[in-house]
Amino acid sequence: MFVGSGMEWYLPVIWSLLLAVAIAMYVVLDGFDLGMGILFPFAASEVEKDQMMSSVAPFWDGNETWLVLGGGGLLVAFPLAYSIVMPALYLPVIFMLLALVFRGVAFEFRHVADTSRFLWNIAFAGGSTLAAFFQGVLLGGFVQGIKVENNAFAGGPLDWLTPFALVCGVAVVAGYALIGSVWLVMKTEGAAAIRSRARAKMLLPVVLVFMAIFSLWTPLAFPRIAERWFTTPNLFYLAPVPLLTLVLAYAVWRWLEKGHDNLPFFGVIGLFLLGYFGIGVSIFPYLVPPSLTVWETAAAPASQVFMLIGTVFMLPVVLGYIAFVYWLFRGKVREGEGYH
Amino acid sequence: MEFDPTFLARIQFAFTVSFHIIFPSFTIGLAAYIATLELLWIGTGHERYHRIARFFTKIFAVSFAMGVVSGIVLSYQFGTNWSHFSRVVGNVIGPLIGYEVLTAFFLEATFLGIMLFGWNRVPRGLHVFSCVMVALGTTLSAFWILSANSWMQTPAGHEIIDGVAHPVDWLAIIFNPSFPYRLAHMVTACYLTTAFVVLAVGARYVYSGRYPEDGRTMMRMALGLICVFAPLQAYIGDAHGLNTLKHQPVKIAAIEGHWENEPGASGVPLVLFAIPNDETERNDYQIAIPHLGSLILTHSWTDTIQGLKDFPRADRPPVAVPFFAFRVMVGIGALMITVGWLGAFLLWRRRLFETDWYLAPLQHIWPIGFVAILSGWFVTEVGRQPWVAYGILRTADAVSPVDGWAVATTLALFVFVYGIVFSGGIYYINRLIAKGPEGAAVEPPVGVPTRPLASAHKATRAAINNPGE
Repeated sequence: MFVGSGMEWYLPVIWSLLLAVAIAMYVVLDGFDLGMGILFPFAASEVEKDQMMSSVAPFWDGNETWLVLGGGGLLVAFPLAYSIVMPALYLPVIFMLLALVFRGVAFEFRHVADTSRFLWNIAFAGGSTLAAFFQGVLLGGFVQGIKVENNAFAGGPLDWLTPFALVCGVAVVAGYALIGSVWLVMKTEGAAAIRSRARAKMLLPVVLVFMAIFSLWTPLAFPRIAERWFTTPNLFYLAPVPLLTLVLAYAVWRWLEKGHDNLPFFGVIGLFLLGYFGIGVSIFPYLVPPSLTVWETAAAPASQVFMLIGTVFMLPVVLGYIAFVYWLFRGKVREGEGYH
Repeated sequence: MEFDPTFLARIQFAFTVSFHIIFPSFTIGLAAYIATLELLWIGTGHERYHRIARFFTKIFAVSFAMGVVSGIVLSYQFGTNWSHFSRVVGNVIGPLIGYEVLTAFFLEATFLGIMLFGWNRVPRGLHVFSCVMVALGTTLSAFWILSANSWMQTPAGHEIIDGVAHPVDWLAIIFNPSFPYRLAHMVTACYLTTAFVVLAVGARYVYSGRYPEDGRTMMRMALGLICVFAPLQAYIGDAHGLNTLKHQPVKIAAIEGHWENEPGASGVPLVLFAIPNDETERNDYQIAIPHLGSLILTHSWTDTIQGLKDFPRADRPPVAVPFFAFRVMVGIGALMITVGWLGAFLLWRRRLFETDWYLAPLQHIWPIGFVAILSGWFVTEVGRQPWVAYGILRTADAVSPVDGWAVATTLALFVFVYGIVFSGGIYYINRLIAKGPEGAAVEPPVGVPTRPLASAHKATRAAINNPGE
């Protein structure tokens, strides 16, 4: 691990936080898009499908851009990590991207299509589900570690394929479906909203079970993670994380019961962030677990500084106009109403 | 069966990047066109501009989605397939792509939401503003990605420490020697490409007699742009070529099919046609004009340029691809100038909308810009070989440590998925064009003679072109 001080210590830390923000933005924002896609086959009618799609149509493109920032950000700030993680997770990365291709074009094609519409319904639901699944596999493949020799990936193309990674894949599908359902509770009216509420109540316990499995499996399988969580004083600092998760999950359940429209969505975002924080605690400072840290994989300081200047100026502007568009398309989408 | 991972990775990248560039080439121009239409709508109050803007916005939505999804793939392929490239030049290329995401991608993706879905929801002024922002976003995106590509062609402003490129001067990196030329050449190409699509759609409506009023507006606007930009492009292209001669002389030698300066001969000929032979190091079946190559490249009668044989074999690109692709590109450029000026002449003589021999083939001219752009990129990218970052990193050393079978699998999947998506995209765009602008008069208003000489054929043509109507 890097011992030192000054810019060469701070820059990689700042950048790993920025990257974490970008990925969190992606997971939350595209999470509800993809979740809506996962729930697509369960819509009662074509009209309800239209309604679901209209609820994200003005946003999905911007949401997906955070994925480019996540990948691009890793290349910018930690090129060495990017050059090891991507080949290591070669197949699931490309499977995910291809699934996103189907999901993305289905938004537009479905709208123009007539007799072939059912095909794009399948492409949309299938693309969304597979993209979510492979994002989970990527998470699992990343957490379980990557074989590195001489600063390069040294494993095989199927190293990622473990029961743990597959379980992570299913977990992310469940998680996105949950956030998709509470998004629909917030953004739709009528039958769609009622059905989404019931679905959210069904999915919430499922997601909690997956969070529990993840929290038990990782320390049991990976001593480095057990050490991080179950030694003093870390134990005391970190104990609130699972407790908060349980409290918040209960609150979301109550909000759903009581008929709140907006609170469940923000509650689920909170659950996501708590889980995300937990993963961060397990991993940091490794960017290529279990061998390379954020300092060892950092870009040249000149590159990190140059990009940081742009980010400090641009990120608030970007967040500003994104917020503006969400505000502009605020409110619920009624049945039979679309923006097209 | 053994797969060569480097070769497969090259095929895969060539395929995915070629597929991708088709859509931005169109949407960069189309965003600017739609923004122009909306500004005209605001300025003149003519409903016609609004109608055409809405019509092209639908086509824009489909094209843009295909550009986005195929573009995200690329931002990950630098790592999945070219990890050593990312490691060696990531310090320099990374921030350029980062700035592209922050200044361009979010801008276009966010305001696209208003552009597509805000028609009945936001004030007119805000809608126009959103269209301008989308157009600005697409152009900024071109700025950064062409800067990154140009740096790979003509690296500057960096130093190599332990085999890894480190930035020294960001302005020198961004505005590296070939960047201004490449940016001007590409953005002009995008505008021309879009103009030819608009021209073809307009011609289709005028010729078939459906939506003739909107069709005429499209044709006039497209021809106006082509008449200026097509000749301008020839000039920019020439300047770009001279810049390449200065920085990448071996690429020019390949483009020209110029193997060596024969002893005693003066000047470089211009090779019109030949089949370059990498094995025998000569051109087969050559047709050439003496001295013309010197005239174009050195602006003199007898000065010579370096031939391919002046460079070690290991540093030469494969000759045939840049050689032929260049001739396709230049041929299309000449065709563009001809079509544009001919159209302008007919417009001036007030015969444009009645000249069947001009309109009939014009309906099908829409792909030429795309072919020219792909050819141009083949020239410059294949011509850069065997380097991926010129003089810094060879393509063969840039590839990821991934097994050949994995690359072969994903390549097959890309061909399969993109095949479906591309067919779907073309089919649906064609459907939107066949449907025409919403709310437009299918026939011109009574008493407006649009094609007096051909009006008799109009009904017949409409029936032939639209059997379903």
